[in-house]
Amino acid sequence: MARITASVYTSHVPAIGAALDHGRTHEPYWQKVFSGYEFSRHWMQEKPPDVIFLVYNDHANAFSLEIIPTFAIGTAAEFAVADEGWGPRPVPKVIGHPELAAHIAQSVIQDDFDLTIVNKMDVDHGLTVPLSLLCGQPQAWPCPVIPFAVNVVQYPVPSGRRCFQLGQAIRRAVESFDDPLQVQIWGTGGMSHQLQGPRAGLINREWDQRFLDRLIAEPAALAQLPHIEYVREAGSEGIELVMWLIARGAMNDVDRGAPPRVVHRFYHVPASNTAVGHLILENAG
Amino acid sequence: MALDKPYRDVPGTTIFDADESRKGYWLNQFCMSLMKAANRERFKAGERAYLDEWPMTEAQKQAVLARDLNRCIALGGNIYFLAKIGATDGKSFQQMAGSMTGLSEEEYRRMMVGGGRPIEGNRYRHEWEKK
Repeated sequence: MARITASVYTSHVPAIGAALDHGRTHEPYWQKVFSGYEFSRHWMQEKPPDVIFLVYNDHANAFSLEIIPTFAIGTAAEFAVADEGWGPRPVPKVIGHPELAAHIAQSVIQDDFDLTIVNKMDVDHGLTVPLSLLCGQPQAWPCPVIPFAVNVVQYPVPSGRRCFQLGQAIRRAVESFDDPLQVQIWGTGGMSHQLQGPRAGLINREWDQRFLDRLIAEPAALAQLPHIEYVREAGSEGIELVMWLIARGAMNDVDRGAPPRVVHRFYHVPASNTAVGHLILENAG
Repeated sequence: MALDKPYRDVPGTTIFDADESRKGYWLNQFCMSLMKAANRERFKAGERAYLDEWPMTEAQKQAVLARDLNRCIALGGNIYFLAKIGATDGKSFQQMAGSMTGLSEEEYRRMMVGGGRPIEGNRYRHEWEKK
């Protein structure tokens, strides 16, 4: 039986990818960001997963306004790295896990979550920046990755409550897969940031820290937050944080079992326009 | 019954909902076309002619030519799509975001390094109207 061993949460700021790709990680500005991930890279090497289920959002790269799926699961054998307008990032292509992805799609749809199944999809910085942060700059990513894209571009995005419930369905699906795979689930995006309009540059440290506290200790209550709270308090793009609730919903303690261990927590302002948050939770036992 | 849009009360912010998306459909699809290197070259070689290939409004075309991102957003543009124009111009996301705030590039960068725009006084429209 497959199981979820841990969940990882991180911002996916494109400028972080650019700093890595252009060899600027030693600059003091970027050192402050990357220092928060040193532990995480060691942790990944010590406890490598067999598969990463990576929740992220596409930023008008794979999906234009022609098709806007709320939840899209990548079931392909591989995924190319998107050219977002600056040329594709010089990172390895992403190898999928079609068997597990199809299994999760079938289970979760029958569990009342109507996913869109995607067999051709370029993946953008939302997916590749977290991989770079946790895996460095390898020739190939260390394991297969199932991309799971959530619409957070056109409002309304799915509610926090729906995301949290979906995470629970994903855990049930993983646990009904016969191969004994160790699966990590990652929730990415956030934290507070606003990229548009005269209010651009908004950051709300206290709100972010409280979000992290509650994500750890009382995720079910946190999942009740309405959209307007994210928009007003964490900026129009801070709403990406609903994606963290998918990963959190997939942890064992939500239905039963002991609370997860907090093995790493990091917060820093800024990376470009954004507050960077990062958390690793391991399932107990 | 009209949809509830409580986010209209957030200052300096346009939420890209279905109404905005409908208004900005061709503006955003034009931006999307700039993901192809060949299209970026054609656009740079003749912006007006390239824009005229798209069923955009004249106001949308003018806003793009002026690189007025606030105006583009008012006309239905979404920042992730508009970012393709910035990429074509060789601008970073920080330069684009900063250009909408009335701050210089350096002032905006300093604000971010200093912890960003504070939330106090920036939650509700009425807080901005007092200023």
